[in-house]
Amino acid sequence: MINHIDVSSVLRRTVCDLYSNLVTRPTGAAVRTEIENLLSAWRGPSLTVIDFSHVNLLDFSCADEVVAKLLLRFEGGAPPQDAYFLLRGVREDHLDAIEAALERYQLALVMQAEDGGLLLVGTVNDAQRRAWQALRELGRCAADELATALGEAPAHAAALLAALHERRLIMRFDDTYVPLGVAQ
Amino acid sequence: MTTVINVPPSLDDATIEQVLDQVAPLARDQKILIDARHTRWASPYALTTLLTVAQTRAERAGFAGPENDDTASYWARTGFYKHAEQLCDLHGHVPRARNGGESSVLLEITPVAKSEDVHDVVERIQQKAQAILVNELHLDPQATMRFAMTLSEACQNIVEHAQRGGWVAVQTYTWRQRLGRRVVQIAVCDAGIGFRASLESAHGRRISDRWDDGMALEDAVIRGVSRFRDPGRGQGLAGVRRFVGKWDGKLSVRSGTARIAIVPSWDEDVPLVENLAPFPGSQVQITIPERIPAR
Repeated sequence: MINHIDVSSVLRRTVCDLYSNLVTRPTGAAVRTEIENLLSAWRGPSLTVIDFSHVNLLDFSCADEVVAKLLLRFEGGAPPQDAYFLLRGVREDHLDAIEAALERYQLALVMQAEDGGLLLVGTVNDAQRRAWQALRELGRCAADELATALGEAPAHAAALLAALHERRLIMRFDDTYVPLGVAQ
Repeated sequence: MTTVINVPPSLDDATIEQVLDQVAPLARDQKILIDARHTRWASPYALTTLLTVAQTRAERAGFAGPENDDTASYWARTGFYKHAEQLCDLHGHVPRARNGGESSVLLEITPVAKSEDVHDVVERIQQKAQAILVNELHLDPQATMRFAMTLSEACQNIVEHAQRGGWVAVQTYTWRQRLGRRVVQIAVCDAGIGFRASLESAHGRRISDRWDDGMALEDAVIRGVSRFRDPGRGQGLAGVRRFVGKWDGKLSVRSGTARIAIVPSWDEDVPLVENLAPFPGSQVQITIPERIPAR
């Protein structure tokens, strides 16, 4: 299931219909809570496109509240639901704030650039980044296919895929994995 | 008995210390008269700090404004008198703000106490900031958004930590003495609990023997420490530091008896000053210089 959340609409609906700037922690917390409410209504694995296209300004505190704290809740071994996130409409100044927030918690996310290309943003080690890039090129694949592409042992490829999946950077369907943008 | 506090002719982050030196030894309920009759110039930092001085007095202060018409008119246009009359008994002529198409005041002195105030400040600054930062100070258009982010984070320090309202002001002016160029300056001042008490309020924080205002400022401004355990906290000032570094600007934060500064090559300030006159709250100044276009 693919969902689309326009962050600017959430901001106007939950905080003030005159605001176009995502600033201050209380604002960020309110927007994140509403996003979590929307997510909780969706059952099964879901990919949620979080769209910043109509957000004018995003400050550091709000990036922490909206993006980092949302990801923190879902990454790791026991997420409340099988949710994945893809950021879209992120401008360079938005990215400054988002990257600073991700760095604090050693988090990462996948972002879709204006040209449709996918970018891995945040803290990712070289091996995970290589695996993510290889998977992006392969599309959907199992661990042994990725191992061949990377020239690594299948067990190592499987561990990398499991780590990326735990970080919500790729989706898993049975024994195969899919990059977020391709799943779209 | 009223104690007269003499305000220097030129009032900036350095000379405002003369005012604070005079105020510090006085009891809060001691009546004071802030005498700015001979003042000819004041930076936004100095104007917001003057309001903060008045805010700290238990006995309502008196205030005598500049006698020079241009100076008085400018102070009126910054919104200074509008707030001063709430806090002080004004003496002498109180000028009215003339609508002279003043472009140097990007944001007149604005109270900040709650999150909604920060939204208001950010909404108001953006349109004017774009025109002035890009067209007049020759900053990259990308700087406009970062400037507003910086302003937002600086204001949030009041909302999150001060436990008392403060003021923000943004102005441009030509800084002849130190730089010989135009600058844009953000001033955010409050008379709240200050950095040291804010960090001390952190649950379980160990206070070392060397703990003082200077160390509190180093922790908060340089190391990004916050009173909250949440590792996401402390990003605001870190973001301000990055912005200031990128645009060759200066950041200074005064709190209690100390002042810390990120000093660019064009300024001769020192990174840390201690043993200043004690003063409540925190006073933040961010200065971004005009860029000289490459020939």
